[in-house]
Amino acid sequence: MTTVAARPTGSASGQPAHGRRKQRRWTRAILPTYSWLVIAYLVFPIAIMIVYSFNQVTTGLPQVSFAWNGFTTRWYQQWNGIPQLTSSFWLSIQLALATTVLAGVVGTLLALALVRYRPPRFRGKAAFEQTLFLNIAAPEIVLGASLLGLFVTLNVARGFLTLLISHVAFSIAYVAVTVRARMAGFDRSLEEAAQDLGANAWTTFRKITFPIILPGIMAGGLMAFAISIDDFVTSNFVSGPQVPFPVWVYGATRIGIPPQVFVFGTAIFTVGILCALASVIMSRRHRPA
Amino acid sequence: MEQPVLADHPGRVGSRRPRARFGKALAPYLLSLPAGLWLLILFLIPLVVMLSLSLQTCNNATGACVMTWHWGEFWQQLSLYHGQFLNSFYYAGAATIIDLLISFPIAYWIAFYGGNKKNFFLLMLLVPFFVSFIIRTVVWQFILSDQGIILGGLKNAHLLPQSFHVLATGYAVVAGLAYNYLPFTALPLYVAIERIDRRILDAAYDLYATKRDAFLRIILPLTVPGLFAAFLLTFIPQLGDYVNQQVLGGTSNTMIGTVIQNAFLVNLDYAGGSALSAILLAIALIGIFAYSRLLGSRAIEDFL
Repeated sequence: MTTVAARPTGSASGQPAHGRRKQRRWTRAILPTYSWLVIAYLVFPIAIMIVYSFNQVTTGLPQVSFAWNGFTTRWYQQWNGIPQLTSSFWLSIQLALATTVLAGVVGTLLALALVRYRPPRFRGKAAFEQTLFLNIAAPEIVLGASLLGLFVTLNVARGFLTLLISHVAFSIAYVAVTVRARMAGFDRSLEEAAQDLGANAWTTFRKITFPIILPGIMAGGLMAFAISIDDFVTSNFVSGPQVPFPVWVYGATRIGIPPQVFVFGTAIFTVGILCALASVIMSRRHRPA
Repeated sequence: MEQPVLADHPGRVGSRRPRARFGKALAPYLLSLPAGLWLLILFLIPLVVMLSLSLQTCNNATGACVMTWHWGEFWQQLSLYHGQFLNSFYYAGAATIIDLLISFPIAYWIAFYGGNKKNFFLLMLLVPFFVSFIIRTVVWQFILSDQGIILGGLKNAHLLPQSFHVLATGYAVVAGLAYNYLPFTALPLYVAIERIDRRILDAAYDLYATKRDAFLRIILPLTVPGLFAAFLLTFIPQLGDYVNQQVLGGTSNTMIGTVIQNAFLVNLDYAGGSALSAILLAIALIGIFAYSRLLGSRAIEDFL
């Protein structure tokens, strides 16, 4: 690999004790074998989910049974056989998209403020950082319960709007932190060059700053989407009669999971993993040789 | 600083209109205003409301609450539910230790031997997140069920007695917690190990350190911040988790999250639920505070 050739010291130090001592073969295999076992452990339940989405149901009830009853693609053909499940899924998608846009904008603006300004010009920066830290580290059940307490105290009817503002509230910190981390190596002199060439603030932002920080914003937005679509705890507290996908599935665990849940799970997994693999491959191809 | 700060363009300051300069002074505040308001109204104020709710006395019939400064609510709730708090500590503690033990070797392996496949392996660590949290937990219910693929098979082979079960025990809860939160432990550890300057290791080997010395005296001490971050990011969410307990556990191993959820959504006991949430938050705050005292509040963000 050319990257290795470019850093002769890096490759040798990447593998400690390599060449220094001859190791016995089998000890070298321990760590890789172990790591692949952990990966297998992480993938195992997902494989089970996919397998059970093809499981036949023998009883009259629309529930996945623990026992294997034979292969069927019936649940894929009847994927929207449970109207409430399908509508809760679409609600989750809408919610996640709206959260991505709102938290993406608000969180990015905050990240810009945090990256560029320090206390003499930006008083209260430390307070912001403490708040973000607290928001990320506090147990989610406390945040969800306190939001419910607020809505009950103010007599706000629970519905899509309460879900949305709550999801944005817990996504802002993640977006801000992600975007800020991606902006750490931002070269301010590029903006200064633009301004020296006569660009005004807006043009500088549109033509220089925004394209450079766009990957960071996308990463932050993806984070918000992922957190929002999978959120159960807060959603369970603040949703009204129409519940998002995770809350519906949780409710269904009491009476038995319909096979369509696993169909949706498999579909979300497939789409997500394909996107992620594509981005891994792209990033490898675009890496400078 | 050897040269004047470039950003201020000393040559152009005089020609700038005062309004623009005023706008520049306001810029950090304008940029942070939307997030600030959002977090104030929907994060900080709710916490204050929660504290005040816990001190109010509510009429169970009408649901109307009056502020009575009823500090006794905290002791009352603690004496009622200290068992559930202890359960949460045991299960979250056990699951966090298991997660740390499982993820340290794989994080080390990816950081040192991942080569150009690092991104692929990190994706594999994150793979559980591509399936909804609730579905993952439900699948574990399937796997651990009495007649499921593991126990059912072992029972049919007469390796386990028919009465053996895992579901509805604390073990199932710990297993679910450990699986669901493993990425939260593995990623901070990976970041910490990845960040170790390899030249320090080279120097150690040049000074005839053994692999064992290098590990104990360089790698381990340098990953301490990552270990702390991993502990915090795993333990605190697990402490408040109730999904694993509800799906995989039974009635004898209730965690505090279940009690809080029931207080708010089933019994409509807002005062009691708020008091318990406040106690849980206080416990989490002790950990968060200790962390930011020792390592700074920005340090944890490096591991996200």
